[in-house]
Amino acid sequence: MIPELGHLALILALFLALALALLPTVGVIRGSALLMHSARSLAAGLMVMLSAAFALLAHAFLNNDFSVAIVAAQSNSQLPWFYQFSAVWGGHEGSLLLWVWILSLWTLAVALFSRQLPLDLVARVLAVMGAVAVGFLLFMLLTSNPFARSLPNPPLEGADLNPLLQDPGMVIHPPMLYMGYVGFSVAFAFAIAALWSGRLDVTWARWSRPWSVVAWLFLTIGITLGSWWAYSVLGWGGWWFWDPVENASFMPWLVGTALIHSLAVTDKRGVFKSWTVLLAIFAFSLSLLGTFLVRSGVLTSVHSFAADPTRGIFILAFLGIVIGSSLTLYALRAPAVVGAADYGWLSRELFLLTNNVLLLVAALSVLCGTLFPLVVDALGLGKYSVGPPYFDAVFVPVMAVLLAFLGVGPASIWKRSRGAQLWRPLLPALIASVLVGLLFPIAYGGAFHAGVALTVCLAAWVLFCSGVDLRNKLRHAASWQAGLGRLTPSYYGMLVAHVGLAVSVAGVGLTSVYTQERDLRVAPGQQVEVAGYDFVFAGTEPARGPNYTAERGVVLVSRGGRQLAELHPEKRRYHARADQVMTEAAIDAGFSRDLYVALGEPLGEGAWALRVHYKPFVRWIWSGGALMAFGGALAAADRRYRLRRATPVPAAGAEPVPAS
Amino acid sequence: MHPIRRQRLLIVLLVVVGAACAVGLAAYAMRENINLFYPPADIAAGQVPAGKKIRAGGMVVKGSLRRDPNSLKVDFLITDYKAEVPVQYTGILPDLFAEGQGVVANGTLDANGVFQATEVLAKHDEKYMPPEVQQALGGAAKTAAN
Repeated sequence: MIPELGHLALILALFLALALALLPTVGVIRGSALLMHSARSLAAGLMVMLSAAFALLAHAFLNNDFSVAIVAAQSNSQLPWFYQFSAVWGGHEGSLLLWVWILSLWTLAVALFSRQLPLDLVARVLAVMGAVAVGFLLFMLLTSNPFARSLPNPPLEGADLNPLLQDPGMVIHPPMLYMGYVGFSVAFAFAIAALWSGRLDVTWARWSRPWSVVAWLFLTIGITLGSWWAYSVLGWGGWWFWDPVENASFMPWLVGTALIHSLAVTDKRGVFKSWTVLLAIFAFSLSLLGTFLVRSGVLTSVHSFAADPTRGIFILAFLGIVIGSSLTLYALRAPAVVGAADYGWLSRELFLLTNNVLLLVAALSVLCGTLFPLVVDALGLGKYSVGPPYFDAVFVPVMAVLLAFLGVGPASIWKRSRGAQLWRPLLPALIASVLVGLLFPIAYGGAFHAGVALTVCLAAWVLFCSGVDLRNKLRHAASWQAGLGRLTPSYYGMLVAHVGLAVSVAGVGLTSVYTQERDLRVAPGQQVEVAGYDFVFAGTEPARGPNYTAERGVVLVSRGGRQLAELHPEKRRYHARADQVMTEAAIDAGFSRDLYVALGEPLGEGAWALRVHYKPFVRWIWSGGALMAFGGALAAADRRYRLRRATPVPAAGAEPVPAS
Repeated sequence: MHPIRRQRLLIVLLVVVGAACAVGLAAYAMRENINLFYPPADIAAGQVPAGKKIRAGGMVVKGSLRRDPNSLKVDFLITDYKAEVPVQYTGILPDLFAEGQGVVANGTLDANGVFQATEVLAKHDEKYMPPEVQQALGGAAKTAAN
């Protein structure tokens, strides 16, 4: 009975979403305030219905209701409760429900925090979001109903969640990623509403800026968690594989990064309006494309759950409608929007434009590599795969150029900077970063390495330039404490995010070059030396978990005779999945290095294949991601954006507008 | 020229240059770094030049897996039920590697017709079959699987 209630809630949600898409639209056309006001209540109703559906599905999972098809396929009574809960989105149908539920949360958030916006704009924005919800709810109800039953003979036990997904990282990775994906729907809705109303002005950029930053920060967290999960669970010690599904989340991130920078220009200077709108459309379109790639089964990976052609066609059609109609609207309306352009060659505007172009180039090259095999296969020209060498070759040069500009950008000023004013303060930073870059590989690695030198130089360049910029900002303050207090959170957010990028880049570069990996056969008692650390394999012992049994290896790590850690890599067998084998790596984490040990396969007589990795600075990759997300949070918390509720709509300009 | 037009021209130029760079880089990188998939029948028929990086895939022949007792060297045969190709690999095989299962490997064909794998791809699920392998096997997989 309960699953049927969930199904009913979904159907009601579809009708509410339809009403949300249509009623405010009619209200806007007719000029009816009543219908436009209905948008907020409908958004609340949609959220309530979808929350009910989500709660009922979670209830089915937590109570082992195996008569529900996806519970039987993805869960098991012996699974710990938190994995039973996360199994809700461990498959196609449930993750779609999560997608729409998060969309309804964003919709409600817009409804709640938009009291200061003109009513017709709110109505338009919410109507666009309602239309997106209609698309996804139709998709779910027509092709992938999460509440479908396997009656009349329900299985007594579930087939269990894929062991790879039984990891704490997987409990939070999908919701974070979806918060990001779906969050770009807000920027998209604002862009469409602005085009639709023809009021593509500066205020529009200010409204959508915090929303885009919040979406971006969730996407950053999601991608970072995904990378960390791949590292700790897949058992190969890799942290990024240029897997099409990773790319699917990375492309919206790149375009979203371009978007938040472009929004800054539009907000502060009123230029690049059409460009910013286009980026908002692209960012959301790429989120949808990502959903299509992942959910349609055209790609096979841990993320693609079922290859059902009707689903692929539906998403492709939906994607076509969304992109086609929004670009048509753009083509019809954007030329009417003219911004006063007044900036020179060395202006901050142009530096930010460079940032946008580079990020788009990066996104485009990732898109090429991701879609190439699909297109070629569809044309019947053979089955190709595009591997990491391609992505490294196209992505690294673009990023290097981006970082070089990133140092200068924040130091430039709007309209036009004078060359000397720009370069002179940065000259010490340039000299220092080149020196650090040249010396680091010799001091750390013992030999010069061009790649490391370039990476460290660029990371140091970004760091030093941020420092110089901060010092310049404090130059006129009475004291540095007073100066620090005067700077805005969004400025700190920018600094932190840029430093975070530098930290990630340093981590990526150093890990890639200095990782030492040894795969070898070890007998109990045998000692292995990697990067100055001694690993003694003491043998394996049996171990038992709630839904698996394991062979647990014991590896003693020491350096110079001093014991540092005892690592317990496991080889697990999950019973409910026909004894599916999974590797659980053991990691001794550290600030400047990780020691990573994973069991390969048993080779008889107690001997095992053992994978031993020394991964310097690998944690910097994710620390940088966390810093970027924190920077985003700081920027979004800026008082400038906080639209006070319950105050009557003030005249434009009542918010403190920074002098430009 | 009017300053606004000049600015627009500038933007358009930047975008064009950027896009051209992207396409150029992509084309250049693609040339070296994409691998074509070959089923065992094509490899056995001598369609693959030695030393070229390719992907190969098929079912691992039951009983063909042999391990070197002193190292991590393994060799096994892959088949599409039309031809068999020997594969050599040194390293740790993925968790879901098993005889009688589908597998995809990256590597090169040596002069003796042995496929030297640099990477044997992990599957994510025990039910998963690499799409290339599935297609290469065609209907044969179903009859031979049992």
